[in-house]
Amino acid sequence: MAKKIQLKKTPMKEQIPEERRKNFNEVPYGYTVEEAITEANRCLQCSPPLCVKGCPVNVDIPGFIKAIKERDFRCAINKIKLTNNLPAVCGRVCPQEEQCEKACTLGKIKGSEPVAIGRLERFAADWEAEHGVETPEIVDKKDGKVAVIGAGPAGLTAAADLAKFGYDVTVFEAFHKPGGVLVYGIPEFRLPKSIVEREVENIKKLGVKFEFNRVIGKIFTIDELMNEEGFDSVYIATGAGTPRFMNIPGENLIGVYSASELLTRTNLMKAYKFPEYDTPISIGQKVAVIGGGNVAMDSARTSLRLGAKEVYVVYRRSKTEMPARAEEVHHAEEEGIIFNFLTNPTRIFGDEKGRVKQMECIRMRLGEPDSSGRRRPIPIEGSEFKMDVDTVVIAIGQSSNKVLLQATPNLKLNTRGYIEADEVGKTSIEGVYAGGDIVTGAATVILAMGAGKTAARAIDEYIKKKKARKA
Amino acid sequence: MAKIISKEEIANQTYSMYVHTPLIAKKCKPGQFVVIRLDEKGERIPLTIANFDRNEGNIRLVFQVVGKTTLKLSRYGVGKDISDITGPLGNPSEISNYGTVVMVGGGVGIAPIYPIARALKEVGNEVITILGARSKSLLIMEEDLASVSDELLISTDDGSKGKKGFVTDVLKELLDSGKNMARVWAIGPAIMMQFISELTVKYGVPTIVSLNSIMVDGTGMCGACRVNVGGETKFTCVDGPEFDGHKVDFKLLMERLSTYKREEKIALENYEKRIRASG
Ligand SMILES: Cc1cc2nc3c(=O)[nH]c(=O)nc-3n(C[C@H](O)[C@H](O)[C@H](O)COP(=O)(O)OP(=O)(O)OC[C@H]3O[C@@H](n4cnc5c(N)ncnc54)[C@H](O)[C@@H]3O)c2cc1C
Ligand SMILES: Cc1cc2nc3c(=O)[nH]c(=O)nc-3n(C[C@H](O)[C@H](O)[C@H](O)COP(=O)(O)OP(=O)(O)OC[C@H]3O[C@@H](n4cnc5c(N)ncnc54)[C@H](O)[C@@H]3O)c2cc1C
Ligand code: SF4
Ligand code: SF4
Ligand code: FES
Repeated sequence: MAKKIQLKKTPMKEQIPEERRKNFNEVPYGYTVEEAITEANRCLQCSPPLCVKGCPVNVDIPGFIKAIKERDFRCAINKIKLTNNLPAVCGRVCPQEEQCEKACTLGKIKGSEPVAIGRLERFAADWEAEHGVETPEIVDKKDGKVAVIGAGPAGLTAAADLAKFGYDVTVFEAFHKPGGVLVYGIPEFRLPKSIVEREVENIKKLGVKFEFNRVIGKIFTIDELMNEEGFDSVYIATGAGTPRFMNIPGENLIGVYSASELLTRTNLMKAYKFPEYDTPISIGQKVAVIGGGNVAMDSARTSLRLGAKEVYVVYRRSKTEMPARAEEVHHAEEEGIIFNFLTNPTRIFGDEKGRVKQMECIRMRLGEPDSSGRRRPIPIEGSEFKMDVDTVVIAIGQSSNKVLLQATPNLKLNTRGYIEADEVGKTSIEGVYAGGDIVTGAATVILAMGAGKTAARAIDEYIKKKKARKA
Repeated sequence: MAKIISKEEIANQTYSMYVHTPLIAKKCKPGQFVVIRLDEKGERIPLTIANFDRNEGNIRLVFQVVGKTTLKLSRYGVGKDISDITGPLGNPSEISNYGTVVMVGGGVGIAPIYPIARALKEVGNEVITILGARSKSLLIMEEDLASVSDELLISTDDGSKGKKGFVTDVLKELLDSGKNMARVWAIGPAIMMQFISELTVKYGVPTIVSLNSIMVDGTGMCGACRVNVGGETKFTCVDGPEFDGHKVDFKLLMERLSTYKREEKIALENYEKRIRASG
């Protein structure tokens, strides 16, 4: 008789909402060995495995899950790492419900949830961290130097792969720490910074060199990197970090933050530990976060942890259209974040000292779907109302980082202001490749990593050809 | 990392340091700044590059002790490393031969005036410099500026040196003298830059100011430094730091500078307590 399948995912234990809203510790605890094996046993080992197609870097999902089932955790993590350099990160922050888990056969059975692929990936990565990492051998040292600009997921992945191919790789990073959005954007309670550090240490072990506090475009131009510093190729992975504002009156009042500023102060500069750390943050009692994506959820949950009494998410569409991950919206709700859907701010009022005291909003209704396929929000005339708030966080999106682009006028951009690159990352300048958010616009960690991987292969090809021509 | 090569207290609570950072020294231009972070727990603060020695690989920082970070830096001795230094950031000053230019420096704002004045002099401008301070003991870099100026004028609030009064009074006399002034650069406290701009707008003399907004990254990624110039929001770190003084909303700049007053006080007091406790 067929074994009865467990329909639901094996639950992962979490900090309870009442506790976690007061601290910055990671929310879920991760699987124990037994929980991981229970979950791994749910996998049907399909052939062909649909889940793999759903993963942007095609992790051998049935392969690593089988290894977990067999308690060969080393084998599991090695299988993942064949295509994914940052498994501890992806296991935590990938939108799995849209990717691997969405495609999982088990999830298509009525009443059944997909295999918890992300949780298992996280388990394997954390197991490795506890039991020691095997550094892969670099087979043949190749002749060639590559500069990677930006130490976010795209840059880190490209750097690691290029080092594995045998190249001499230097990563130039504007900030004093590596990780990009992983360190300055995504909060500690979703992605502990020690995990990012761990992943970067592994990349250093491959021989990748890091130069921090180097803003390319200012300290070196791309031209100087190629023609004076001796790099054969450059990979641009500078991300999309320029905060967008709404251009409404009152947006420069004291107490109006961009999500980037709020999160950078809190995560990178550790303002939540002020005054032990020097960087301050000033979060009031009533906070309104504008937007409906992951960045808005992170800002809202961060504000709560910084001591706000009431935190509102103000979003102009309805819950269904929210781009944030379902899991994060759920976590935010559990923690007591209040959602104001179909609402859009129209102006912010300040007191005599220029500090925020109120925000005026207008109610919206949904019209026909727009180019993004989501129903377009339309203001309802005369429905304006005021909210008493003392802090406003604008989380309506980011655009490309400009410093490097402005210093490189011959680099072709697309109409949206991002770098124009083909499917392998090749740009309009010979030998210069680009990928991640600086090409796609704000996307996901795994897509940025995928871009880094593809570009690493293309750069390898390019340098090989170039050297052959010279020889 | 950048090693402190020399240190001098050039006025009460105002320090000059040369720090070794060859790449920045090689690339920087007048008007640009660096962002420094003293240690693992430190804040990132912007400081203007007050001079540079490309051969030795050093840049000069001149700063006034106003809060925790500047106090801590003032206690760093020669040979100590500043953990992080990023730069050169911001746009360089527009150096060109304008004719006669007036450089107005107030307080610690005198420091950033120096490399700009020198560069303007080098390309053939007649450079008239006005330095202002509350009193003689707070006046800095007088000799440096004398060496790159055709004329050097001084004002102190208390009259202990030069003319008694404000830099605006001195500038007004110059403007009234009828001589054609092509451009004014004014760097100093926001309130000084505001008054200078209000004065020169009446005379129709283009005026450049360098804004000192609060910053985090210094590369356009946070918006902490946003200011309003000509009705538009600009980021000081990437669109500035120099702007047309006639278009800057100084009231907003000053309000935003007070964002962390409370926290800055806590940080400073805690640190001073620690200093006292450790003798
Ligand atoms: C708050 C927040 C939450 C998110 N949550 C998720 C999530 O849950 N799941 C998910 O998949 N994705 C999430 N994302 C999106 C994801 O983080 C990004 O898509 C991804 O990080 C993009 O990677 P990247 O390498 O292209 O760029 P980035 O991560 O932005 O890294 C770019 C790096 O380049 C550096 N740089 C920029 N300019 C220069 C220069 N001129 N010289 C040198 N260095 C430079 C920057 O300092 C930075 O370190 C989130 C994003 C944010 C902001
Ligand atoms: C582009 C730029 C260049 C600068 N160049 C110099 C320089 O060459 N020399 C120098 O002494 N200072 C300079 N400043 C100002 C300097 O950055 C601040 O004095 C410093 O950040 C104060 O740090 P703190 O921790 O010591 O004091 P905090 O505790 O941060 O502040 C203490 C006091 O200083 C005020 N303050 C805080 N930040 C600033 C700021 N950015 N500008 C002005 N006042 C501020 C506060 O309102 C408060 O009254 C510059 C600022 C900018 C934006
Ligand atoms: S990398 Fe992301 S999408 Fe791919 S298997 Fe892992 S969690 Fe799923
Ligand atoms: S589709 Fe689902 S059940 Fe099938 S192999 Fe992949 S994870 Fe396992
Ligand atoms: S300091 Fe962050 S954008 Fe200017």
